[in-house]
Amino acid sequence: MENLLLQGLNGLASASSLFLVASGLTVIFGVTRIVNFAHGSLYMLGAYLAFSIVTSLPRGHAGFWGGVVLAALAVGVIGALLEMLLLRRIYRAPELFQLLATFGVVLVVQDVALLVWGAQDLLGPRAPGLRGSVELLGLRFPLYELVLIGIGPVVLGLLLLLFKRTRWGTLVRAATQDREMVGALGVNQRWLFTSVFFLGSLLAGLAGALQLPRESVNLHMDLATITEVFVVVVVGGLGSLPGAALAALLIGELHAFGILIFPKITLVLVFLVMAVVLVVRPRGLFGKAQVAQAAVASVAEPVLGRAPAQLKWLGFFALVVAVAAPPFLAGDYALIVLTDMAIAVLFAASLHFIMGPGGMASFGHAAYFGIGAYGAALLTKWFAAPMVPALLAAPFCAGLAGVLFGFFCVRLSGVYSAMLTLAFAQIAWSVAFQWVELTGGDNGVLGVWPDPWATKLNFYWLALGCSVMGTLALRRIALSPFGYALRAQRDNTLRAEAIGINAFEMRWVAFVLAAGFAGVAGGLFAFAKGSVFPTALDIPRSVDALLMVLLGGVQTLAGPLLGALAFTGLHEQLVRATDYWRLVLGGVILLLVLAFPQGLAGAVRQWWEGRRHG
Amino acid sequence: MDRFTLEALGLQKSFGGVRAVDQVSFGVRPGEMLALIGPNGAGKSTCFNLLNGHLKPDAGRVKLLGQDITGLAPRRVWKRGVGRTFQITATFGSMTVRENVQLALQSHRGELARIWAPAWRLRGGQADTLLERVGLAGQAKRPCSVLAYGDLKRVELAIALSNNPRLLLMDEPTAGMAPQERVGLMALVAEIARERGMSVLFTEHDMDVVFGHADRVLVLDRGRLIAEGTPDEVRGNALVQEVYLGSGFEPEPEAEAPLEAPEC
Repeated sequence: MENLLLQGLNGLASASSLFLVASGLTVIFGVTRIVNFAHGSLYMLGAYLAFSIVTSLPRGHAGFWGGVVLAALAVGVIGALLEMLLLRRIYRAPELFQLLATFGVVLVVQDVALLVWGAQDLLGPRAPGLRGSVELLGLRFPLYELVLIGIGPVVLGLLLLLFKRTRWGTLVRAATQDREMVGALGVNQRWLFTSVFFLGSLLAGLAGALQLPRESVNLHMDLATITEVFVVVVVGGLGSLPGAALAALLIGELHAFGILIFPKITLVLVFLVMAVVLVVRPRGLFGKAQVAQAAVASVAEPVLGRAPAQLKWLGFFALVVAVAAPPFLAGDYALIVLTDMAIAVLFAASLHFIMGPGGMASFGHAAYFGIGAYGAALLTKWFAAPMVPALLAAPFCAGLAGVLFGFFCVRLSGVYSAMLTLAFAQIAWSVAFQWVELTGGDNGVLGVWPDPWATKLNFYWLALGCSVMGTLALRRIALSPFGYALRAQRDNTLRAEAIGINAFEMRWVAFVLAAGFAGVAGGLFAFAKGSVFPTALDIPRSVDALLMVLLGGVQTLAGPLLGALAFTGLHEQLVRATDYWRLVLGGVILLLVLAFPQGLAGAVRQWWEGRRHG
Repeated sequence: MDRFTLEALGLQKSFGGVRAVDQVSFGVRPGEMLALIGPNGAGKSTCFNLLNGHLKPDAGRVKLLGQDITGLAPRRVWKRGVGRTFQITATFGSMTVRENVQLALQSHRGELARIWAPAWRLRGGQADTLLERVGLAGQAKRPCSVLAYGDLKRVELAIALSNNPRLLLMDEPTAGMAPQERVGLMALVAEIARERGMSVLFTEHDMDVVFGHADRVLVLDRGRLIAEGTPDEVRGNALVQEVYLGSGFEPEPEAEAPLEAPEC
């Protein structure tokens, strides 16, 4: 009984800090429509800055609380600068590009933190006067946690007052409902957006700073937090403050009691809840349908066409080099990198298929890559299957998962759909991680070796062959009547329906196909590495795929190809050259986003056409 | 041969206590051009959406060629032989004009499941024929996203014709067009309808278009059908004049103004 009370209080404390971060994210999204992946990075910065400020100020109440407030304000300013220098320039770019930009920020912030504060975990000071604990029903509960429990509702109250009672708050609420109308009424949107970013970032910074006495400050706080907070915001309904509060409470308590009731599936519980909420209420608990955002960010998608003859020859030439050159390369390293590239191209092409022609974003495409990899690996481990049958089985495993997960994901739209894909990916990940008897858990599946005939060189050729054929097949499908119908429902759902196209079926089939091709890539990956770990389907891998597609550009069929090659190549070189590869990669991404809002392939195409016409 | 291509029987639809469409019954005869008119808020769009499947009526039935199609999804209504154009043109911006029409033709032929056939090889000739018929042969290779508004209306028309419809539903076909273009487009529609023996039901604000091209006219006011007849009969109907000219309800300096205003 007492134990339950304690757990309940623990849950309230986590809920409180979850709410602080989530409220900032949801307010930012409501007004700017930006899915800010960097919000977790702002939270982490808040913790690091608080650590530096508090430890350099004199000890005592003023030093601690002053440091927390200063850190929060500093993060607020950083957020505002981020909006002014980066995001403001790309509001008119396609939605996914803003996402790519915030990914870039995540990478940069990670390495800046590493540079400034180093790799070790930092233990901050306890809050003065709150070191002790109180006695509740004969059990001791830390005083600081109680204060934290109080802070959440207080901040919620203040925010509600701010939004209900001030002119600024009224404008924010109005913009959340209908941004265009607010613009038409002559409100200065730039100032509104910047101030909203300031407030949202300040809240994230505050939440991070308040963690100082609770846990060590480390470099993993950003991604760990952003996933949780996304769940909270999506479950609550994007843009809804009361929704975020309720969802934070739900998720916080779920964490606390989940450990007691379902110790076996703690990792997956939160995502299961999100999946269920989204299936039952597609816009979250308190989410409302947006007033149609006509034409704000709608860049007409270009016509997909058959490539010009020169480009075909170029591609053919590149392929000949890719086939013929490797035997003359010295060492296995080059072959390993080339094999990785071939696999990455297929993986990226499969994601592009649903994002480009399908018009659906997926934050969890690694699930199908990973399920393909595990499918092949487990077949060799448990049934001693040879390589070829195991490879053939991979797309079916992944495709089956696509049938099941896709059925739910393709019914939703936009961010909600993307978040549901993330939820399913996390569910798949935690199965791989926690079902130790089957998958070996964190130790992975080892000894997934290719057949004897498949030397490093032969295996590279196999991977290249699968990648080229897979990519060409996806291209062919994209240009088939089915592919056109898929694009039709993306372009204009009403019109598509009016000529007899069943959008749900098209999207579902596309999702399953994409999953299958990702599965092929995953199967190859398993044999290329000789082992599979849960990292094959974790969030960073999904993010990698997104980066490849977005870098290359969603709008052209060649985009994912270029993106995958650029990303893998850059990544490989950078990791070898510097410890701070994230900083460089993030910087490159930000530059690309600002310079080429249509992606690499789009930029090349524009240059090409400009040269021809000009 | 059925007496009516499309029949509405006692259609009724309310939105939160407001009867948008109230006991509306009428029939569209084979090969006729039937106009549905009425002041703003009369229920024209709601009525249209009950016919094309976007809304389900609270009561009443819709029959197409004698078969009940009440409450069928829009894509099923299309498959039964109803083509439609939208008030705000709806085409696929990432495709060329020709591809737009080809896709509609492929859908009509049940070819969308063909994931391995190159789309550009299928129905190209038929698409060209349709584009020629609506006067867009020269624009076939241009992307829809760069077309002028009047041309987009013609693309929509070609798309709507691709399932050889028995009935064409046109919601405000000439909204947003210059007066010259309006007459041209409706003359084209009338010509095609005559060639194919196809019925056309259209809503319209421009009285020149209505009285110039409709064989018969239906007049809606506050959800109810208040008049039905030839253009001349309707023009002479006292009730219709009262509704349109306001006779005391409206300030009436320009009788034209309320007729021209596009409905939201």
